Amino acid sequence: MSTLSDLYQETIVDHSKRPRNRGTLAHATHSAEGHNPLCGDRLTLQLEIDNGRVANVAFQGQGCAISTASASLMTDAVKGKTPEEAEQIFAKFHSLLTEDKLPAPDLGKLAVFSGVREYPMRVKCATLAWHTLHAALQNEHKPVSTE
Amino acid sequence: MSSVRAEVIEAPAGFDVDRIREDFPILRELVHGKPLVYLDNAATTQKPQAVIDALVDYYTHYNANVHRAVHLLSTRATEACDRAREKARKFMHARSTNEIIFVRGATQGLNLVAQSFGRANLKAGDEVLVSGLEHHSNIVPWQMLCLEKGAHLKVVHIDDSGVIPLADFEAALTERTKVVALAHVSNALGTVNPIAYMTELAHRVGAKVVVDGAQAVPHMPVDVRALDVDFYAFSGHKLFGPTGIGVLYGKQALLDAMPPFEGGGDMIRSVTFEKTEYNTLPYKFEAGTPDIAGIIGLGAAIDYVNQIGLDRIAAYEAELLKYATHVVQQLPGVRILGQAPEKASVISFVLEDIHPHDIGTFLDQLGIAVRTGHHCAQPVMDRFQVAATTRASFAFYNTVAEVDALVAGIRKVQEFFA
Ligand SMILES: Cc1ncc(COP(=O)(O)O)c(C=O)c1O
Repeated sequence: MSTLSDLYQETIVDHSKRPRNRGTLAHATHSAEGHNPLCGDRLTLQLEIDNGRVANVAFQGQGCAISTASASLMTDAVKGKTPEEAEQIFAKFHSLLTEDKLPAPDLGKLAVFSGVREYPMRVKCATLAWHTLHAALQNEHKPVSTE
Repeated sequence: MSSVRAEVIEAPAGFDVDRIREDFPILRELVHGKPLVYLDNAATTQKPQAVIDALVDYYTHYNANVHRAVHLLSTRATEACDRAREKARKFMHARSTNEIIFVRGATQGLNLVAQSFGRANLKAGDEVLVSGLEHHSNIVPWQMLCLEKGAHLKVVHIDDSGVIPLADFEAALTERTKVVALAHVSNALGTVNPIAYMTELAHRVGAKVVVDGAQAVPHMPVDVRALDVDFYAFSGHKLFGPTGIGVLYGKQALLDAMPPFEGGGDMIRSVTFEKTEYNTLPYKFEAGTPDIAGIIGLGAAIDYVNQIGLDRIAAYEAELLKYATHVVQQLPGVRILGQAPEKASVISFVLEDIHPHDIGTFLDQLGIAVRTGHHCAQPVMDRFQVAATTRASFAFYNTVAEVDALVAGIRKVQEFFA
């Protein structure tokens, strides 16, 4: 049986209490709003894409520890990346949460979310920020939903 | 789990919770290796062996369609459904079984009233009055109706304690109010509305009163004649019966005048391609093969609840709620939403800095089932400016020891995130 500390690893608890890149951007080029109807969580994501790379990224919103930490770690992970690279990380992150395989070696800190796989009801908490990122990169202006 | 601390509350005479728990096989289950502490009764309730047996008995010994054939099994199934309807009539204190419509649940009952009564009786400019504590199932059907008819959906909001101020309610009623749709008990907050008084006020302006009783019938005796409501809906699965079955009560004169809700078999008397003559009540509103097993199971659930007695259930739950409120209130950083003086056994709360989803996952690992989220009552969440709450909702089989387990669990969550 997996234990709660597999789910709530130290890095997750740390990022949920002290989220990085929380706030707003003055010069956002892309933005999107994400919504998880299951719990009512909402998240707003802003990106500043400069020279084909994510120069800056910020998020706002209240959520559970998993979704807040995921947003925080996501924003760290995509900084400096091209949109294509960011989408590739999302794909690997998604497999990490849904497939019973070892994490892709280049996921770095994001591997701390491997425990979420054991909690199917919480997968959406961990992917909300990423779905919102995807929408922002498409510059889809309508809110995305995890449902 | 035995109620080792039963002495801290005063159970009504003849109420033995340990004995009652033996009737519910699921309460012996382990969840993540821990004894199940089931505190999600507002979502659905557990089933006593008597209900499970009734379903098995039907499918094992007399499974057949109803009202259709002369053979013995069909006769037995039909008689069992008729008996269940009579039990439901008595349970609601309705005048006649013609007033007891079997539906899928509270949701379908409310939609039936909106689609049949509402469509036939509302016109542009009319008003439907709902309260700020309604479940989505008593908001959306009225919204749909109002949209179709050009009518207005009016809302009477709740105050900080989760109560509908009666002066506001009275002031919101006008001669244009055609329907007043109210929950008897709020699923998100536990508030009990004074339905008899509110109905009296609504009737003064000529409005019909539709009550969502989903959260009331498991906790208190309900007498539709004493309340004088026009319609009253509830779900069997929240009353220790099966899913997929519920009851809509309606005053016979109103039901008689209403057009059918759905067309099909059983709801007709004669059909030609030119004209169909509808069946009499209650069948006019029951198109197609009903949930026969569900009806029989609901009858068994009503028998079971009656045998314990709703007065005793209400008295025990009031004690349990008082105790639970007392101990939950002592948790640091806790805020209980819904502090109505008249309240059913629900505690909805938020903790400072800890999201309900994290609480829910933690408690689950301890074998404790609670609901986290918006409880299908987003306007209530908006009113208190929260996205979600954690809700512990109790039934008569819950114990003081389970309340203690909940509180100990919450303390563990708080330690972890401290
Ligand atoms: C107050 C209230 N009304 C209506 C419903 C809908 O019941 P059902 O889903 O069984 O139709 C519920 C159940 O969630 C409820 O709590």
